[in-house]
Amino acid sequence: MIKTDNRITQLFERNEGSEKIMSLFLTAGYPDLEATVDLILGFEKNGAEMIELGMPFSDPLADGPTIQYSSNVAIEQGITMKKILHIVEQVREESNIPIILMGYINPVLRYGTEEFCKDAAEAGVDGLIIPDIPVEESKVLTDKVAKYDLPMIYLVAPNTSDERMRKIDQQSQGFVYCVSVTGVTGAREGDEIAQSVQRFIGRVKENVTKNPQMVGFGIKSHEDAQRIAADMDGFIVGSAVIDTIREHYLEEGWKDEVFAFVRSLKYGKE
Amino acid sequence: MTYNLPTKEGYYGNFGGKFVPEILIPVLEELEEAYEEAWNDNSFRKEYHQLLDEYVGRPTKLTYANRLTDHYGKARIYLKREDLCHTGAHKINNAVGQILLAQRMGKDRIIAETGAGQHGVATATACAKFGVDCIVYMGAEDMERQKLNVERMRLLGTEVRPVTSGSETLKDATNEAIRDWVTNVEDTFYIIGSVVGPHPYPKMVRNFHQVIGDETRQQLQKAEDTEVPDYLLACVGGGSNAMGIFYPFIDDESVEMYGLEAAGHGANTDQTAATLTIGQPGVLHGSMSYLLHNSEGQIQLAHSISAGLDYPGIGPEHSYLHDSGRVTYKGITDEKAMEGVKLLSETEGIIPALETAHAVSYLDELMPRTSKDEIVVLNCSGRGDKDMGTISKNL
Repeated sequence: MIKTDNRITQLFERNEGSEKIMSLFLTAGYPDLEATVDLILGFEKNGAEMIELGMPFSDPLADGPTIQYSSNVAIEQGITMKKILHIVEQVREESNIPIILMGYINPVLRYGTEEFCKDAAEAGVDGLIIPDIPVEESKVLTDKVAKYDLPMIYLVAPNTSDERMRKIDQQSQGFVYCVSVTGVTGAREGDEIAQSVQRFIGRVKENVTKNPQMVGFGIKSHEDAQRIAADMDGFIVGSAVIDTIREHYLEEGWKDEVFAFVRSLKYGKE
Repeated sequence: MTYNLPTKEGYYGNFGGKFVPEILIPVLEELEEAYEEAWNDNSFRKEYHQLLDEYVGRPTKLTYANRLTDHYGKARIYLKREDLCHTGAHKINNAVGQILLAQRMGKDRIIAETGAGQHGVATATACAKFGVDCIVYMGAEDMERQKLNVERMRLLGTEVRPVTSGSETLKDATNEAIRDWVTNVEDTFYIIGSVVGPHPYPKMVRNFHQVIGDETRQQLQKAEDTEVPDYLLACVGGGSNAMGIFYPFIDDESVEMYGLEAAGHGANTDQTAATLTIGQPGVLHGSMSYLLHNSEGQIQLAHSISAGLDYPGIGPEHSYLHDSGRVTYKGITDEKAMEGVKLLSETEGIIPALETAHAVSYLDELMPRTSKDEIVVLNCSGRGDKDMGTISKNL
């Protein structure tokens, strides 16, 4: 059982029935190590209620070009698992925003699953999303995440059957991550999502009953978010945020541009 | 057989599994069901074997290598001639098997990835034969190294998509193919070219290649009045030709099996592809297996003179056979592989693929401890025409 003092649980309890929760994804170490901490704190001040901190991997096969790019930049700049956990510790000095580590299993295995879960929990991490660990393979982590009270958040996709959605809901803790489209991560044109997403969300509502539901993949604007997340508890934006950083990084005051975009995602254009 | 791996979950000991995004799980379940049903259906098996016979050119010969045998003056050496297969390598066995399965499942868009181009060519060939659309992902650097195979694929009507991400080699082509698959799950069949990837691929690809070992048993019976050799040799990149010839002999404990992997400039340098010699267990491209990765779990680039062995991973079943000690894996350097090319060319008039040459060169180490009444079978996985550019540069 997830502990009641877990920041993710508290967030959803606090928010019950009101606004859509906005979770933002950021690749740890992108655009550079120092900026990552500032960006997370700035995201919170500008409307983000949860952070998914990406653990860069050299071969991110479920990600599109944007996250692939940011991961490569971070790896080239020498990001390590220790440094990622240190980012979380630094954020924790100033903020209580829920932080979920998101990344592929190989770096976690190499770090050592027990040591990773222990160090992550101590650093102040609130949950894990490992896209290449479907429920079938969860045994590589289940004992350790239970020992250190780290919720594992699983994904459901449009081609996940009703029965499987119920199974995933049972195993997931914190929330269920609903992948709005079949495909890799990345911002998409609005009508590309709209057609099939409603039917999918309808099925999610019927089958995911234990956990709150967050929707992600392809959201790039306030309008996308409001439409796609209409029946969900909240939405997740990743590639569009990283694209904005990439566009403005090296300009003077680039962080303000990024924060303006983050505000617009949450509240609409000013 | 008493050897009955993988398990239902796709595990070979600690290796294997289905480490893929949720989107692919329903697709893999559908594939697994369709494959098991097809493999147990006599009409499917019949059609597959008919294609192997009439189109691929099977059974391939088991050639007694008299001059090579004389060269060492020890055990009798036989070559299993997969180089005589249509398109010049064993890869076509699997390509026709998977395309038949794709047809049966009603999937009419085929994707594949290729490194050296042999799997790409085999897939393009099978797709042309069946009149199906085919897209092959290939690293931009590999396209440059293997121009001839790119032209062959294009001539066969396949679209070759250059991959410019990462190292621009097979590893990245595989990532791109998986991304395509994740995006087009409904109508797309991904033909994986080696005994790698998530379950059921390693099992399926092995089974489509086991015809190599099955034929070897029958042919040895005729030539030597015994079904089993004393030594079996095969090169290992992902490991498909090796699994194909090893698998039917796993229960025959008297058979010593050797998998020869590419050590590049040396297993202890950073220019190597010797996964089992120096790798550590991890997860890449959907399964748990030995990998070349750094202390942070980032995948390292592999190097081999042979583009076909230039991969940082290896099939999960090989990882199991390595840990269990059933198969011995050794690294062979680029330089030694080149000696293997020369040796087989000059003694037998067979120019082997650079992959195969790794197995040939191991004879130097193996043969002195064999005796004249013993038998060695070496899997000649492919022919060297495709490598002539590299070979002539390095001679």
